[in-house]
Amino acid sequence: MERRAFLQTAGGLGAGLVIGFRIPNRGEQDPSPFAPNAWLRIGVDDSVLVVVDRSEMGQGVTTSLPMLLAEELEADWTKVRIEFAPADKAYINPLFGLQGTGGSSSVRAAWTPLRKAGAAAREVLIAAAAQRWAVKATECRAERGAVVHTKTKRRLRYGQLALRASALPVPADVPLKDPKTWTIAGKPTKRLDSPSKTNGRAKFGIDVWVPGLRVAVIARSPVFGGKVKSFDATAARAIEGVRDVVQISSGIAVVASGYWPAKLGRDALKIEWDEGPNAAVSSATISQLFLEKAAQAGVQARHNGDPEGAMSGATTRVEADYEMPFLAHATMEPMNATAHVRPDGGGVDIWAPTQFQSGAQGIGAQIGGVPPEQVKVHTTYLGGGFGRRFELDFIQEALETSKAAGGVPVKVIWSREDDIRNAQYRPANFHRFRAGLGADGKPVAWTHRIVAPSIMARVFPNMVQNGLDGEAVEGGMEVPYAVPNVHVDYALTDTGIPVGFWRSVNNSYNAFAVESFIDELAAAAKADPFEYRRSLLTNAPRHRGVLELAAAKAGWGTPPPAGRTRGIAVFKSFESFVAQVAEVSVSPAGEVRVHRVVCAVDCGMYVNPDTIEAQMQGGIVYGLTAALWGAITIDKGRVQQGNFDDYQMLRMTEMPVVEVYIVPSAEAPGGIGEPGTPPIAPAVCNAIFAATGKRIRKLPIGTVA
Amino acid sequence: MPPFSLTVNGRPHTVNVAADTPLLWVLRDNLGLTGTKFGCGIAQCGACTVHLDGEATRSCVIPISAVGTAKVTTIEGLSPTATTASHRVQKAWQVEDVPQCGYCQSGQIMTAAALLAKTTDPTDAQIDEAMTNICRCGTYQRIRSAVHRAAKEA
Repeated sequence: MERRAFLQTAGGLGAGLVIGFRIPNRGEQDPSPFAPNAWLRIGVDDSVLVVVDRSEMGQGVTTSLPMLLAEELEADWTKVRIEFAPADKAYINPLFGLQGTGGSSSVRAAWTPLRKAGAAAREVLIAAAAQRWAVKATECRAERGAVVHTKTKRRLRYGQLALRASALPVPADVPLKDPKTWTIAGKPTKRLDSPSKTNGRAKFGIDVWVPGLRVAVIARSPVFGGKVKSFDATAARAIEGVRDVVQISSGIAVVASGYWPAKLGRDALKIEWDEGPNAAVSSATISQLFLEKAAQAGVQARHNGDPEGAMSGATTRVEADYEMPFLAHATMEPMNATAHVRPDGGGVDIWAPTQFQSGAQGIGAQIGGVPPEQVKVHTTYLGGGFGRRFELDFIQEALETSKAAGGVPVKVIWSREDDIRNAQYRPANFHRFRAGLGADGKPVAWTHRIVAPSIMARVFPNMVQNGLDGEAVEGGMEVPYAVPNVHVDYALTDTGIPVGFWRSVNNSYNAFAVESFIDELAAAAKADPFEYRRSLLTNAPRHRGVLELAAAKAGWGTPPPAGRTRGIAVFKSFESFVAQVAEVSVSPAGEVRVHRVVCAVDCGMYVNPDTIEAQMQGGIVYGLTAALWGAITIDKGRVQQGNFDDYQMLRMTEMPVVEVYIVPSAEAPGGIGEPGTPPIAPAVCNAIFAATGKRIRKLPIGTVA
Repeated sequence: MPPFSLTVNGRPHTVNVAADTPLLWVLRDNLGLTGTKFGCGIAQCGACTVHLDGEATRSCVIPISAVGTAKVTTIEGLSPTATTASHRVQKAWQVEDVPQCGYCQSGQIMTAAALLAKTTDPTDAQIDEAMTNICRCGTYQRIRSAVHRAAKEA
């Protein structure tokens, strides 16, 4: 539908230059003559500019997406450069219907379109060379940024062909290369953004500067949902460098010449808050609410067989509750955005480290009072995303402040405390399990109640049907183990605390719950945790494949180094399968140390194995940090943590050795940015159980008493 | 506001800011040297690490009035040519392909460069002790490899 609309637009542009999509923003500043589609521009200097339509937040899209295109283009990889895409319909993520980056979807979404774009461009360049030499195209081939006439060995570089190619039609459907012949994709490849990220030149959102720029720091309600009752800005205005103080929907913005005077001004504001309905909420009241909800039936997410009947006939019954806290993302780059809302409908510019260009454009149009086409979204590098930058709150603040301050360009910067205390947190959650085991120790019945706030209820309410948020039960509903009688239900529980996407989203908690409970069943059956899982993965070959690989590489079944124990977990998320074995020691004082993590991943076909290794390491660090210490706690409706002194981050000294093994696969590609996170917490806690006999049912682990 | 004079990457500068303005914000907002990053403001994360007379220092808690005559080096001044990133630590970072989001890496590199200037071949324990910067992407394993690599290339 949308696609057809683009094709119609494309037809209007003529010249046959377009594959499927129109070319956005081809303007006066673009000297590249050959721009056959939205993602590629080839210059007369042989430069190959790939327009990256996903946000780079560390997951490597500025390398992996160009690799896909360059493979089919037969590009000279050393000539490939990147530029971030503007907000434009050409760049809508086909998996979402929006221009955004999340859900470990970038490579999956680009897999076919970018290869087709490269292939079609290659065929045009070959046709241009054949025309120039007056030979048949079939006598020519493309290699490393040039077309070669095979018989005569004549050679023309892409830059020499660019002008001629721009006048030729672009074929619609070119066959793609057999992955077995790939020379770029699938091979370990250095990141294109490493040089600029080692010399300080990579531009993040917080680094944006435009003429006339002001910096704003904002005072927000200390309680979620609170509003400004009254404020006195006299002291703030007296600070040298403070230019303006304006009220916006989230609070009071102090606009200044730079961050420091803006922050001093913000701290000097006297504000009386109407704290609203959440002023009495605390972590204790939330836990109590979860317990009440867990005692009642939830909305059914899955039901197979007769769990209650099977339960009553079981030889052994096992019950367990698990609870996990809210978690903040704590991206290294605090939230920020720059906006210029020109007065009198003069258009809007947004410079932002955003995961959600469509949303930024939409809110820019709304606040600026202009059509979306007049909102230019300039995406910078993101200093971490993890789902936090799919939100629009920081962009909205920049837009509102720019507008309220008379249309000057404004960069809103959050302090670390602002960032920790005003997030949309990974939902706190509670799980109640019951299982019945047969005489052979295998489960005959499994029931799982998931009690948690719903992210979708806030973000995309249409996705919640009859009280069921399908995302909230992901990874809990699809238990891979062979159990004949299963019941999974969900109790949507609003706590007043905003919840949002956090690396691996709800998989992060369902993995801990399910992979801990299956370990409890193994213990109840007096079985080895690896062998028990393996015996139940009869209908889940890819789970079983990574489980066996991780166990083998970790030396499962052989004695671990002195003083250490092993724990294992396996989990599928974002169409990828990951198993991890954690090697852990627990000191007499109860301090947990994770020494080694062996990680096996099956993500189907892949682009850059270097990135897979990095993302598994990173996903493990992210999940391990949360498992060991991560907790956002609430008192009087306020977040009690504020900075890295009380919201602890894993550092070098706590870093385990991580080994990553990739399963060769011809399956469709899966995601890679998130699937490394879910298995680590259960793997570590299962190792703690092996060491101490103590089952961790509440995160974070902290000190094992 | 009294004017403060300081030397950054070998160049003299004079800025008119409040005396309590952290060096970090003078570098970023007054001098346009945005390679040095803001992460926490309380010397916890190390994203703001620069060299003061060669010592790794967290610039977010050093008021401009305390900089005095110390020579400031930022990531932009670590190698003789800012665009090539030719310091051995920067080169090792590229060979090991350390950065993910990259936001903390200026601070990591400045910390590593100061470590190697004093300790030519650090042990893992010495790396743990010196490299206390936070990386939320979890690049620690490659950072460790890169520090060892840079040490070998001295």
